[in-house]
Amino acid sequence: MSKIVEGLLYSESHEWVKVESEGIVIVGITDYAQSQLGSVVFVDLPEAGTKLQREVEFGAVESVKAASDLISPVSGEIMEINEDLIGEPELVNEDAFSAWMLKVELSKPEELDKLMSAAQYAELIK
Amino acid sequence: MSEIKETCLHPFHTELHARMEEFAGYDMPIVYTTIQAEHLAVRNDVGMFDVSHMGEIEVRGKDALKFVDYIFTNEILSKPFGKVVYGFMLYENGTIVDDLLVYLVNQENVFLVVNASNIAKDYAWIVEQTEGFDVTIVNLSEEYSEVAVQGPNAETKIKEVFGLDLSELSFFTFGRFLINGDEYLISRTGYTGEDGFEIYGSNLDIPFIWEKLHLAGVTPCGLGSRDTLRFEAALPLYGHEISDQISPISAGLKIFVRVEEKSDFIGKGSLLKEIELGSDKKVVGIELNEKAIPRQGYPVFMGDEQVGVITTGYLSISLDKPIAMALIDKKASKKDTQIFVGIRKKMVPGFVRDKKFLKKNYKTN
Repeated sequence: MSKIVEGLLYSESHEWVKVESEGIVIVGITDYAQSQLGSVVFVDLPEAGTKLQREVEFGAVESVKAASDLISPVSGEIMEINEDLIGEPELVNEDAFSAWMLKVELSKPEELDKLMSAAQYAELIK
Repeated sequence: MSEIKETCLHPFHTELHARMEEFAGYDMPIVYTTIQAEHLAVRNDVGMFDVSHMGEIEVRGKDALKFVDYIFTNEILSKPFGKVVYGFMLYENGTIVDDLLVYLVNQENVFLVVNASNIAKDYAWIVEQTEGFDVTIVNLSEEYSEVAVQGPNAETKIKEVFGLDLSELSFFTFGRFLINGDEYLISRTGYTGEDGFEIYGSNLDIPFIWEKLHLAGVTPCGLGSRDTLRFEAALPLYGHEISDQISPISAGLKIFVRVEEKSDFIGKGSLLKEIELGSDKKVVGIELNEKAIPRQGYPVFMGDEQVGVITTGYLSISLDKPIAMALIDKKASKKDTQIFVGIRKKMVPGFVRDKKFLKKNYKTN
C-alpha cells in the first residue's frame, strides 16, 4: 500500500504539491511513483531560476534500468532545488514526501485548482 | 500474439514477489529485491539466475563438427571435446545472426546455446545452411532449463550444497554430472564477468537445483542485474552492441573470429574485405565527465555533429560512474576523443575510452 499524505495536492503524473505560503509551493514525487520506479540512483533537476510550465517535463528521476520524466504540476519559477537529492537520490525511496525536489514561485496560482486532493489521488492509484 | 510462456522456475519467482516482465516470449523475473543488491551479491559472493529461456539447439550426425565449423566464426576443429567456445553465426554480408556458445560434445554431436529472442530465427537459419551436410538439427529449447550460478563463491557453494567438486572443471569447459541421481550438463561459463557455472537440466530437475541453492543462501538475481553485470564486463548483448546491422569486426569482437586460421565459414569473405578497408563504425566505451545516465538510444555528438548512439549505458553499480558502450563513426572512435551525449535537453560532456570498465574475475587455470 502506497502512502498518501492528507492536505497535499496531487497530479496525474504522480507529483505532490505542498502550498508553503501564498504563491509558493514545494514539489516532489509520490510514494506510489517511487515504488513503481524501484531504487532511485539519480535525480536530474534543473537549476534555480528555471521557468516551469504546467504539464511540461522539467527533469527526470532515474532507477538503474530506466529514466522517468518529471512533469511539472504547476507553472512558475524555481526558487530552490533540493541539493541533498543529488548526493543521496535514495532519499526519494526512503520517504518520498520528505524528499522534496523544487520550491516554486507560482506564475498562475489558479492552476492549483486543477490538481487532485489526497482522496482523489487515492482513487487514481487504487 | 502467442501466449506468454513460463519457465519451470516461475512459481519460485512469484513466491519471492519478483517484478516480472515479458522477455523473449517468457514471463521473466527482472528483480527480486534491488538490482544493486543482486549485482553486488554476484560480484562479492554468489547469485543465481533463471536463464531457462535461453535456446538450446543440438547438431547431430556424421558431419556435426564440420557443419558447425562452417556456420561459426571461432576455431573449433583443433579444440578438445569438452570445450565450450564463444563466437558468432554470420550472414554472408558479415552481419550477425546471433552470438552463441558452442559445446563440443563429440564428432557427431555439438550443442549450441543461443539467445532466447533469436531461437526461432536461428533454428530456421541453421536448417537452411545444412544442404550437403549429413546433420540433423534439433531444437531442444523447450526441453532444457538452465540456472546460472555466478560469483566468487559459486564453486564453494555448489560443493557445500550438492557435494559436487567442480574445482577441476576449467574455464570454458563442461561435463555431465550427477546430482541427486539426475544428470546435468554443467559448464564453467557465464555472463557476469565473474567465475561461475551454467547448469542445464530437464524442466523436471532444475527446480531441485534452484530450491537447494536458495535454501543455502544463494541470492536469486533477475534479468536487471544480469544486464548491469554483463555490461560492466563489456560483454555484448544481441540487439544492443551486436545485431544483424553490424559485423563482429565493427563490434570490436575480432578475437572471436578466426579469418586467418579457418579455411571457410559463412561471412568470411565480407569480414576479410572489412578488415582490409577498415570499418566505418566501431563499438567503443564512453565515460561521462559529470553525473548523468547515458542510456540506450541516446545520441552521441562530436562538436555539433551526431556521430553515433549509445548501445548500453548505466550509472555503473560497481564503479559508481556513468559509463556506456556506443556505436560511433570511426572518426570519433579514437580514445580520449571529447564527445557529448544528448540526455534530455542537455549535452553532457564525456570522452571515448576502452571497454575494460571492470577487471574480469575468471578462474582461468
